[in-house]
Amino acid sequence: MSIQMIALSLGPAAPPSRLLALAPVDMVVIALYFAMVLGIGFYLKRYTKTGDDFFLAGREMTAWVAGLSFLAANLGALELMGWAAAAYQYGILATHWYWIGAIPAMLFLGIVMMPFYYISKTHSVPGYLKLRFGESSRALSAITFGFMTVLMSGINMYSMALVMKVVLGWDINFSIWVSSITVAVYVGLGGLLSAIFNEVLQFVLIWMGALLISIIGLIETGGWSGMVARIHANFPGGDYTHLWRTMGSFTDNPMGIHWTGIVLGLGWVISFGYWTTDFLVVQRVLAAKDLRSAKMAPIIGAGFKMMVPFIVILPGLLGLALLQPHLVGEAQAVATGGHSYNEVLPLMLARYCGPGLLGLGITALIAGFMSGMAGNVSAFATVWTYDIYKALVRKDATDAHYVTMGRWCTIVGVVVSIGTAYLVMQFLSIMDYVQALFSFFIAPLFGTVLLGMLWKRCSPAGGFWGLLAGTLSSIGMWAWVKLDPTALKYIALSTNARDMAENMYRALWSWIVCVVVTVVVSLLTKPKPESELTGLVYGCTDVPGEGHLPIYQRPVFWAGVIALAFVTLNVIFW
Amino acid sequence: MHRPNLISIWFFVGVLLVAYGLLITGAGLYGLFSPPARPVVLGELHAGIWWGGLLLALGTVYTVKFSPRRQK
Repeated sequence: MSIQMIALSLGPAAPPSRLLALAPVDMVVIALYFAMVLGIGFYLKRYTKTGDDFFLAGREMTAWVAGLSFLAANLGALELMGWAAAAYQYGILATHWYWIGAIPAMLFLGIVMMPFYYISKTHSVPGYLKLRFGESSRALSAITFGFMTVLMSGINMYSMALVMKVVLGWDINFSIWVSSITVAVYVGLGGLLSAIFNEVLQFVLIWMGALLISIIGLIETGGWSGMVARIHANFPGGDYTHLWRTMGSFTDNPMGIHWTGIVLGLGWVISFGYWTTDFLVVQRVLAAKDLRSAKMAPIIGAGFKMMVPFIVILPGLLGLALLQPHLVGEAQAVATGGHSYNEVLPLMLARYCGPGLLGLGITALIAGFMSGMAGNVSAFATVWTYDIYKALVRKDATDAHYVTMGRWCTIVGVVVSIGTAYLVMQFLSIMDYVQALFSFFIAPLFGTVLLGMLWKRCSPAGGFWGLLAGTLSSIGMWAWVKLDPTALKYIALSTNARDMAENMYRALWSWIVCVVVTVVVSLLTKPKPESELTGLVYGCTDVPGEGHLPIYQRPVFWAGVIALAFVTLNVIFW
Repeated sequence: MHRPNLISIWFFVGVLLVAYGLLITGAGLYGLFSPPARPVVLGELHAGIWWGGLLLALGTVYTVKFSPRRQK
């Protein structure tokens, strides 16, 4: 769920001058970070000998480590800078992507879906599809996922290098090569174990580097009410601090989104699709040491996800209250020499952080980028090795052979990502298409996995044809609007809908197509016998109970606590 | 658990936070006696000193609590 708006709008025409200048102590802070992540990779190599070690971290992670890693793999630098920029542009509406666009799905993953992923002992989400529906569904899912993952990795790499150029004046080639070689080394050496260790470290650094902006910003504005008063004074007539009040019409809010799009498109299909079926994040939870830890990990992740707006959205809102002159769109910024929305986080960083603290803030951005890239690369290595190479190329090799393949695949994944980064540099419009590609696959996959887990009548043919039909329908709708923009009124229910709204409604329709085709084909074809569905489907699986545990140790209790906090926050900021 | 000697991730986190705490507190103290030419907003709060101190304290707790010697 990262957004590409920064690099898209910065583009090659961005001004060459840098926003920040680092002191020697800042450089030492950044250098120490690189030394530590590489050191962890070399240290962990001796602990990754088997396939389970390399691809699933030995399935020994505690709930806390798996949960923080689960969240860190998603908390990329573009996520931080992009949503801070979105908060400056759209106000608190950007919080929807952290709350309704994440929390219910994460809790659903932990309580409902995780038992099936975990008990089936699958290595990956495509691996689950193989067990549930057969080889064809796995192949379709694995190939699309692998393709998407390296493309996204390359695009993120390019975007981050561009951000470093604009913010610090660093050479794009230097940023791309140093960061990607570092990720290749530590993931190639220690596999998922190394990726998870570093993601926990990166998670801590992201918080420590970004939290200070919000704290000092609130001191400067005199707290939340002082900040709101300043925003009203700076932007009279605009509503930047309410989550739901302006959602009654497409034209009442700057995002051009109706509440049905947010609830059904973002909150249901896109969010559930991403958080419950994207192997990039699910892989971290599969590494948990037991079923209870696997269920708790997404719940712990949800608790922290709910707090991320404090370090991402709040700096954007503080920028609205404090920064003069106001920030503008990228084109206007380039024309006038001013600053754009996308620079709000580095501008706030420069506003409050002196030597040392500035290095920590930049390290947080670099850590965010590397955690996202490591997530892509380790997931790609697993899916390639187990779901493509082992399934389609060489079925009977030794475990050591697959580990070696995984290590090489990590290197190859990084090299392909670098190639993608340079390709994007030449053809910037690729980013438009890849962002759309991401939505093509996730929504239908969620329909397939959900029906597969909860409906034992769902047949192998139904699973495959539903997934294919959902994906093709999504591509078809996207092409239809590209060829005939007036089709937007059919896809997004309004000609006033913007890109984000179109994405959400397209995801919703493609999910519905997937579900309808899956159900119809399943009813017309032969299902698997129940004996083959044990451990895979609700009603055929004996999920271990938690009645013997004290209530405070039960995942469902903590899911309830997080759900209550989620509802309360939405009411408070209604 | 077939990796009994594996050092906890929290130890690595602690070590890095200690190093950062020392560097940032040191830079903050240096700024106290030699103010920068272009001070940051609310520089009088000396955020480097107390934020660096917080990192140092947290890092020390994690380094000691998850030290490989204590884990054995």
